[in-house]
Amino acid sequence: MSRRLSPVIPGFGLTLGYTLLYLSLVVLIPLATMFVFAARLTWHDFWAIITDARVLAALRLSFSTALFAAVINGVIGTLLAWVLVRYSFPGRKIIEAMIDLPFALPTAVAGIALTALYAPTGWVGQFATSLGFKIAYTPLGITLALTFVTLPFVVRTVQPVLADFPREVEEAAACLGAKPWQVFRHVLAPALLPAWLTGFALAFARGVGEYGSVIFIAGNMPMKTEILPLLIMVKLEQFNYPGATSIGVLMLVVSFILLLLINLLQRRIQTP
Amino acid sequence: MNHSNAMSASAARRGSPAARWLLIALGWLMFLLFLALPLAIVLTQALALGVGPFLAAIVEPDALSALRLTVLAVVIAVPLNLLFGLSAAWCVSKYEFRGKSLLVTLIDLPFSVSPVIAGLIYVLLFGAQGLLGPWLDDHDIQIIFALPGIVLATVFVTVPFVARELIPLMQEQGSQEEEAARLLGASGWQIFWHVTLPNIKWGLLYGVVLCTARAMGEFGAVSVVSGHIRGQTNTLPLHVEILYNEYNIVAAFSVASLLLILALCILLLKQWSEAHLDRQRNSAAEE
Repeated sequence: MSRRLSPVIPGFGLTLGYTLLYLSLVVLIPLATMFVFAARLTWHDFWAIITDARVLAALRLSFSTALFAAVINGVIGTLLAWVLVRYSFPGRKIIEAMIDLPFALPTAVAGIALTALYAPTGWVGQFATSLGFKIAYTPLGITLALTFVTLPFVVRTVQPVLADFPREVEEAAACLGAKPWQVFRHVLAPALLPAWLTGFALAFARGVGEYGSVIFIAGNMPMKTEILPLLIMVKLEQFNYPGATSIGVLMLVVSFILLLLINLLQRRIQTP
Repeated sequence: MNHSNAMSASAARRGSPAARWLLIALGWLMFLLFLALPLAIVLTQALALGVGPFLAAIVEPDALSALRLTVLAVVIAVPLNLLFGLSAAWCVSKYEFRGKSLLVTLIDLPFSVSPVIAGLIYVLLFGAQGLLGPWLDDHDIQIIFALPGIVLATVFVTVPFVARELIPLMQEQGSQEEEAARLLGASGWQIFWHVTLPNIKWGLLYGVVLCTARAMGEFGAVSVVSGHIRGQTNTLPLHVEILYNEYNIVAAFSVASLLLILALCILLLKQWSEAHLDRQRNSAAEE
């Protein structure tokens, strides 16, 4: 059945068996349980739960804020990757090391820190107040929290590709008369796009499911600033398992469809 | 190539000096706004009333028991996923078999599942109304709202970390050294301990560091299964939430700054293992 790369190296049965067993016990069987619970509902009930106005509002909020945050990161992340790879300047090492802070910092800490910053009386929030708008407790605050939590994804996927890009290609373009901006647009950008999309997709997927950093800054007003994961939490606290399960299934299915689309787009770009 | 062409070629890579400084300034601005400010506010809020209240919030019994629980969850979850990561990377990188790319996708699956759903599925499986609930109840085993649930939720969200670091590294290194060792008569374990492990140790450390960071800070998944019993099933991040919701801001930020300091240690360890990994790659490339 299997063609082994290295028939002489022992351990195929042991490692594959253990890997499958562990994945099944920890990930696959528990995830399947959710679908078993969802299957107990009639289609009518399931549809009624997921088309409830409060669920739809949360769905729209979660996916749109995650999308905006991924787009913002697409820009900031590319800029940071560029600056870190191409230039040497004072503080480069510090920025390089600190880029991963959002991955290392517990999300609850990020949540209360960002709330303190962007609240109407906070260090940054007060400027927004004097300009007549609010950041914390609005979708804008949620977007900022998601931007923080997913900041490293685009930087860390684009950075190695940019660092390995052969300089001769850019120099050739420049010698042929391309302006720096044209070199970026026509030479570098197409090469970076697959990695950029990977980073974008990772940031988006993480943003949709993110909970800890968002609930503090969101304000959690039903219909206005209530995200989908929080709604699952609310249903669970009311022991409304059918509700929680249906929203969970909805979330997983929508995320997978979107990730699949991004994957297809990526394949299309890589094989022109 | 004449001089001016060389100049313009290098300019194409780096941009004009004005553009360069503008981009560097923007990079610094983003860093300050998005990374440095959140860090600074945690520390200033924690020390807002001086060192006394800061220390008091950390040595308070509920905080210490939360710290113990967090350490316990990390100490159980990380080795489990370390073993899994080694096993998964071994079978993916050393052999060719049908369904391999599906397996790699499944390993990454927990990354695209919301932490809240990670908690939910264990409640549906082991909770009072869950599939195995009645059976567990008959045998007097409690998983949800207790330590096993917290550990399981932590394990779920950190499954991919070590495997994800090791798979590309071991694929890149190939299997020649292991094959040579086998032909010289080494057993499977000897190959692993004396050939593979020394080659992957820095990548392994890197994966473990990332796994530890996530395990220590996991909030959503643990929040669903913990039950928030103060002094019993509260981890450090959950303790931060409780203090914050009680408007005990200084205490919340004090405990948060403890987590922040741990996060900074993790970043240092990460830099260190990454530097070794780079050095190893470069010397491999020179050979």
